[in-house]
Amino acid sequence: MGAQLRIYRRRIRSVKATKKITKAMELISASRIVKAQQRVNASTPYANELTRAVTAVASFASVDHPLTSFEPNPKRAAVLLITADRGMAGAYSSSAIKEGDQLIAALRQRGLDAKVYIVGRKGLSYYKFRDRAIAKSWTGISDNPTYASAREIGQELIKAFIADSATDPDGVAELHVVYTEFRSMVTQEAMAKRMLPLEVVESSGPAGLLPMYEFEPSPDSVLDALLPKYIEARIYNALLQSAASEHAARRRAMKSATDNADELIKSFTRKANAARQAEITQEISEIVGGADALASAMAGSE
Amino acid sequence: MALRVEVVTPEKRIFSGEASMVRARTLEGELGILPGHISLLGVLVDGEVVVKETNGQSTTFQIHGGFLSVNKDRVSILGEASD
Repeated sequence: MGAQLRIYRRRIRSVKATKKITKAMELISASRIVKAQQRVNASTPYANELTRAVTAVASFASVDHPLTSFEPNPKRAAVLLITADRGMAGAYSSSAIKEGDQLIAALRQRGLDAKVYIVGRKGLSYYKFRDRAIAKSWTGISDNPTYASAREIGQELIKAFIADSATDPDGVAELHVVYTEFRSMVTQEAMAKRMLPLEVVESSGPAGLLPMYEFEPSPDSVLDALLPKYIEARIYNALLQSAASEHAARRRAMKSATDNADELIKSFTRKANAARQAEITQEISEIVGGADALASAMAGSE
Repeated sequence: MALRVEVVTPEKRIFSGEASMVRARTLEGELGILPGHISLLGVLVDGEVVVKETNGQSTTFQIHGGFLSVNKDRVSILGEASD
């Protein structure tokens, strides 16, 4: 076997092995998307009920709560950036990071410093490599987020929010979250949203006509207990959507990797066949040439 | 007339159905809700929530921290965790 042919065969073997891996990763991600979607759906009733309750209390006359009020002169804003723990997911993490950079630039234009909280190893290493300040980070949860981790993140952020940003170096005046919204299997979009101060949407129409509520024990203490839960639920929802998006992005990236491997195998097979054919042709012409030379030598000696 | 009851946690919906009465414990004490109750939002303490279904069967949930909201015979119990 000639050297050329051997090299092609070796490359075909290696591409085939890679293809098996990417194919397996594609299938794993495909099955995980379904699970992640189910979890998003399972968390929806809670989120809906909570939103209904928050709207009911917040539109109830004059509740003045630190979580719904704006600070007069804000200094700092917190940004929660949700990225993946692992790569191999195409542009998933980098587009979330880019969205975060845009948000931070926009905040800076308004004269606010950004305090960045990061979920996921990818975002963490991006910030570490560039020597940027990180307020706090959580890793190992992006794949399969639990409510407990959402609560931990929420409590950390609320603590920073309650502190006054003008006087306390740890305090923030606003709370933003950057996550990847899961629209469908094929569309996911990185987006930034403000979580705090709450924008209480005055719903219109007859559906928005909220009844007078009785509060137990009092409107203030209900709001006190309700708002942190609301933030936690929002963070939980963002984590779940990001996880679903991550799996979808990984599935797509691995699918195109598998397709590319197929292409490569095809073209290498063609080249290997051509090389083999060239070898055979050369051998035949050598034999024919050799026989010819022998024959003419014999003819000359006679 | 019956109450439409939902018991939900962040992770999943635990119970959904019709009930004749719901009993829960708020910060101010034990509370029973019958059809026709005024709209209410209450903070629950850790403890039992009992749902008496229309078929006479009653179900008990252990709720850790949560809320109770009543609006036009629609009762939602939001627990942070339950078992």
